[in-house]
Amino acid sequence: MSAPLEHDYIGLGLAEASSMEIASEKLSSTSSSSSTLSTEQNSSSNNNNNNSNNGNKALLDFKETELRLGLPGSKSPERKPTNNGVSVPLFGKDIENSSSKGYSLSPLKNIVSGAKRGFSDAIDGSSGNWGLSMNGKSEADLCKGAVLYSPRGGGLDEKNKIIKETSVLPQSPKAAQEKKKNQLPASNEPNSAPAAKAQVVGWPPIRSFRKNTMASNLAKNNDDDGAEGKSGSGCLYVKVSMDGAPYLRKLDLKTCSNYMELSSSLEKMFSCFTIGQCDSNGLPGRDGLSESRLKDLLHSSEYVLTYEDKDNDWMLVGDVPWGMFAGSCRRLRIMKGSEAIGLGMYHFFSFSLERFWRKTLLWSNKDK
Amino acid sequence: MLKRMSYSSFPEDVLEHVFSFVQSDKDRNAISLVCKSWFEIERWCRRRIFVGNCYAVSPRMVIRRFPDVRSVELKGKPHFADFNLVPEGWGGHVYPWIYAMATGYPCLEEIRLKRMVVTDETLELIAKSFKNFKVLVLSSCEGFSTHGLAAIAANCRNLRELDLRESEVEDLSGNWLSHFPDTCTSLVALNIACVGSEVSFSALERLVGRSPCLRTLRLNRAVPLDKLANLLRRAPQLTELGTGAYSSDLRPEALSNLAGAFSGCKELKGMSGFWDVVPAYLPAIYPVCSGLTSLNLSYASIQSPDLIKLVSQCQNLQRLWVLDYIEDSGLEALAASCKDLQELRVFPSEPFGVEPNVSLTEQGLVCVSEGCPKLESVLYFCRRFSNDALVTIARNRPNMTRFRLCIIEPRTPDYLTHQPLDTGFGAIVENCKYLRRLSLSGLLTDLVFEYIGTYAKKLEMLSVAFAGESDLGLHHVLSGCEGLRKLEIRDCPFGDKALLANAAKLETMRSLWMSSCLVSLEACKLLGQKMPRLNVEVIDERGPLDSRPKSFPVEKLYIYRSVAGPRFDMPGFVWNMDEDSALRLS
Repeated sequence: MSAPLEHDYIGLGLAEASSMEIASEKLSSTSSSSSTLSTEQNSSSNNNNNNSNNGNKALLDFKETELRLGLPGSKSPERKPTNNGVSVPLFGKDIENSSSKGYSLSPLKNIVSGAKRGFSDAIDGSSGNWGLSMNGKSEADLCKGAVLYSPRGGGLDEKNKIIKETSVLPQSPKAAQEKKKNQLPASNEPNSAPAAKAQVVGWPPIRSFRKNTMASNLAKNNDDDGAEGKSGSGCLYVKVSMDGAPYLRKLDLKTCSNYMELSSSLEKMFSCFTIGQCDSNGLPGRDGLSESRLKDLLHSSEYVLTYEDKDNDWMLVGDVPWGMFAGSCRRLRIMKGSEAIGLGMYHFFSFSLERFWRKTLLWSNKDK
Repeated sequence: MLKRMSYSSFPEDVLEHVFSFVQSDKDRNAISLVCKSWFEIERWCRRRIFVGNCYAVSPRMVIRRFPDVRSVELKGKPHFADFNLVPEGWGGHVYPWIYAMATGYPCLEEIRLKRMVVTDETLELIAKSFKNFKVLVLSSCEGFSTHGLAAIAANCRNLRELDLRESEVEDLSGNWLSHFPDTCTSLVALNIACVGSEVSFSALERLVGRSPCLRTLRLNRAVPLDKLANLLRRAPQLTELGTGAYSSDLRPEALSNLAGAFSGCKELKGMSGFWDVVPAYLPAIYPVCSGLTSLNLSYASIQSPDLIKLVSQCQNLQRLWVLDYIEDSGLEALAASCKDLQELRVFPSEPFGVEPNVSLTEQGLVCVSEGCPKLESVLYFCRRFSNDALVTIARNRPNMTRFRLCIIEPRTPDYLTHQPLDTGFGAIVENCKYLRRLSLSGLLTDLVFEYIGTYAKKLEMLSVAFAGESDLGLHHVLSGCEGLRKLEIRDCPFGDKALLANAAKLETMRSLWMSSCLVSLEACKLLGQKMPRLNVEVIDERGPLDSRPKSFPVEKLYIYRSVAGPRFDMPGFVWNMDEDSALRLS
């Protein structure tokens, strides 16, 4: 798999060798963390603990090795150029001129790591307006699509640096475009592109049991209009099993808005299976994907994606419009092609393990 | 049982008898450190063990040291698994433990599991291995179906407790309840609230009818309200009741019938359930309100006026879980009526909604903190907060022990001043000297972590999300919080330096979770190699680790101390960073 595009945008200012050495020296020379920094702590507690205080920084060599992220080609003037010549302070705040008062963070308050925030919000410092029509991605989708910066022109002053978390959910090019134009006011219309705000995985921290219960409460209250309920339940996890795999995965259907995205999410998910897995009890698997079996799969069989609907019937994925599918899908199963014959083959959504999950999509109603 | 002659003048029997009065794990551990003979005596008479991380020790080691254990409690997945941050297949399999204990502890009576993968095979093994099995509690577990439950029901002749709280059960048939034999009359607690499908109601009725010791009964949503009265009449001795769906066609005689049944339950202390509530039926529980100490309305979509009517009658309430429908006005009423309140949890009714749908703000919590002197445990979801409010709460309630605030939108600043909430949370940790658990939210800089490191000396568990600015934040916490056992962090700009500089601290903690942070693979490897008593596990679903530069941050990192070495059941997306694994990787 090619390296993710994010690399091009990361100016990791880690002077790698030196910082690691410093750190490891500390590790080996002390037996307790407190002693490592005891003297330093005393001095740091004497200082006004202010990020702009260089004393603190020097102690742990932060300044030197602060991770910086930024636009390709942009340079923060105070910084030494890093290896790839880009650096931008994290969270748009230079350590030197930041101070506990300098919270011109109001532009930044709307930045949510992992959320598909209006990038333009950051630049403009506009507040509010969360209603962006974002489609979240599953975590499995990380490698796909880079985080994109499409700056709205104009120089970026120091305050409005681009922020990027290297491990956030990346946004598709399409999404970035939408972000630029599309700032939906908070609306109560369920039908215009989902007015729910951008979803972050696992936030707010509510257990699945509770989320699912509340989702079905809302659905009942809304009397089944539009299948998903007015404000949306936020996520819709369905179990995904694959014939031959030692354990299930879970996929949030709300992170996909069409079959294409579903296909790529699933690819991501199951391409992580490697040789020598454990069975469902966590014991070294006799039934795991052995090397020879993996080869068989790679070379021969086609897989077919099926789903169990509300009526507990197993159907082929791809026959119905996406919305209808997402509303009725209870769980997914990646079945061996041979087993799926009984379900009818002329409209099917299948993909094989060959050539690293080449997709073959044929469906009657491609969703909008 | 081997008896060793000890040089102490105290006969072993006497010591053992004395030790039997000491139940807490900490104290037992202290006893075992006094001298070798006490260690020996203590280990033979320890009957209950708690393993907070099932991978910290192996079952064989446990059985070897404590040969005669009757009660085992294990925890598996990291806490953030509750919020879908831990991929399926990560681990937490209990089968190896059960397999070992089937031969090692034939007299085992109690198994309590949290966040573990429990298969039907496991349940079947439990059912046939432990002749005197009494208590099974599966909290947030998954991997089993109603078939496994049927095996437990059918074979555990002396079963006292079957508690499936919030587990995920695959519904293959509602018949499993009928597998309890007619001779089973020992049930004390039955919690099937999480089971989706209908259970055979007549089987349930008969089971309840023949269980005179039944004290806790939590029904699932599928049990209709019109059947509740019958059940209550068969079990007037209940102390804890979870209703099923609390809705029905409105018939006046049904309401009075239900109220009558409730009046018969003179010992009812706690209630839960209340799915699909029809407010008109709430008065049925008025007869028991004054005796209630615990009320879980967190699945009940009832609005503030009805809630106020209800809680105003529960003067002895100590614990309330409720949805934000209660609003500030309801919390004001709560503060006025329930002076014994110790724990409050307010959950969001529409967490993904764009606009607030209810009028619940920081004022509600401030009110309760003023009016309820015993309030010590808070979980509060809301959309705005202020430093002032936090300072007020801190000053009102220095007895706070658990404080979890979730401002729904990440990085929300003080809504009045637009400042970060550092000062507010700082006041919490400074004033609440016995604080054991803290969850942060809102806009926070490194300063809040400095406060935490300075003041939160009794803090055991800290949850952090979307906060901080640099490694200094993490460093403050790791170097300052002496009692820290569990630290979980997501989406914070914490990287290698703080982690490596405080590596030794990690051995004093149960675990550290970091996801979507800035810890590089290289640092993880270094940590894994230098710290043999830590398992440093990298979770990364993007593919093989060597396909990215070593300086690239890992997706997720889970570090925990262990005397068992690397675990054997890691799936393909989890890597252990110890010496051997590192060789394989490079």
